[in-house]
Amino acid sequence: MLSPRSILRVVSKLLIPPILLFALYVQFHGDFGPGGGFQAGVIFASAFILYALVFGIENSRKVAPAWLTRLFLSGGVLLYAGVGVADIMLGGDFLDYSVLAKDPVAGQHLGVLLIEFGVGVTVAGAMISIFLIFDGRDREEEN
Amino acid sequence: MEYFTGLFNYWVVIVLMMMGFYVVIAQHNLVKKIVGLNIFQVSVFLFYISMGKVKGGTAPILGEGIEIYSNPLPHVLILTAIVVGVATTALGLALTVRIHNAFGTIEEDEINALEDDESAPAILVEPEIDEEAIR
Amino acid sequence: MVITAYTLVRIRSLFAVAMLSGIYSLLGASLYLIMDAVDVAFTEAAVGAGISTVLMLGTLSLTTRMEKVPKKTSPLPLLIVSATGAMLIYATLDMPPYGDPSAPIHHNVSIRYIEKSGDEVGLPNMVTSVLASYRGYDTLGEVSVIFTAAIGVMALIGRSARRGRKKKQSNGSSGDKA
Repeated sequence: MLSPRSILRVVSKLLIPPILLFALYVQFHGDFGPGGGFQAGVIFASAFILYALVFGIENSRKVAPAWLTRLFLSGGVLLYAGVGVADIMLGGDFLDYSVLAKDPVAGQHLGVLLIEFGVGVTVAGAMISIFLIFDGRDREEEN
Repeated sequence: MEYFTGLFNYWVVIVLMMMGFYVVIAQHNLVKKIVGLNIFQVSVFLFYISMGKVKGGTAPILGEGIEIYSNPLPHVLILTAIVVGVATTALGLALTVRIHNAFGTIEEDEINALEDDESAPAILVEPEIDEEAIR
Repeated sequence: MVITAYTLVRIRSLFAVAMLSGIYSLLGASLYLIMDAVDVAFTEAAVGAGISTVLMLGTLSLTTRMEKVPKKTSPLPLLIVSATGAMLIYATLDMPPYGDPSAPIHHNVSIRYIEKSGDEVGLPNMVTSVLASYRGYDTLGEVSVIFTAAIGVMALIGRSARRGRKKKQSNGSSGDKA
């Protein structure tokens, strides 16, 4: 085993879980401080990109297979639009979160939380799939 | 002179914007053009954010005892713009890769020359999209 | 930032260009932080210095590494750029100075957002409440744009594109799917 590669593997194994945790922290603390859906999605994707850079593209395809990234990508948009449609079904306007709960302010909280989660999921799926397409094509060129 | 120091940030932004603009229209390499577009975008965001700052204000997060906040509206617009910008950059880079496949080069003048040469046997091949092969 | 941008214009190695664009984005992010835009700085640092640089390096690994030396340089772009810059500088002479609280931008909708968002939406972060609640439509459009971009990249350089290239090598035509 080459020792520089071992250092990279150990350090990235130590770093990837905190990165994922930080992404979730940024996602759900977007209400109280800087953060929110976009930043969290990009940080989440960067953990997967780090994994793909250190451990190779085949392993990263096992961790994030194509159907999973596509699910993330479309699931976030569906969640967002679904919240809007649920608002209509519950009696309000499209994307008017006040009708989601008994108390309008709590409804706004819930609505914002859900749509930020949808945004984060879509951004993460998009960044991961774009990077894996760029990187996977590189390996095919070499073959 | 305070008149000019108040306007200094706009002038710096204009200088950066013009540099990005120059890269887009004058350089021939496609990747460098996309980087120039990126420079242009960041300078435009700087322009908006500098317009939103209020002297003596803080970040627009509600807190105890803070009276003046900076304007949150430009921040929202620029947040959207940044993410749309990265989506555009990703798509532009994917197009560059495709152009490199089709023409073998990413210099704009060589591509123009090749397009003029290839006007005779113009066969456009549509690659079929394989459902299970697209990742 | 001006020095970084100027170096970007002149330098020819594309790898250095990608790295310099990452540095440029990072400097931009720190400037946003100084101007009290914490959310924007966070996003710019994550996106500009992270994802953009990685994608450019990926593109460079698939294409060439150095830029070709230009054969002749015409002065026309420089003239266009200088003329546009002069017009823009003339246009900024009317703008309000930096940080002025009486600028017109601060007086229309933003006052309502700052005063009412605590009561109506109840989130401390005003940028999130404006982004998600008051301007939720725009955010829906933005998420659709990201979705479309990812699908576009899939369609452009998914695995099927490789077959297009092999066809090009066999009969010398150019595959085209935009």
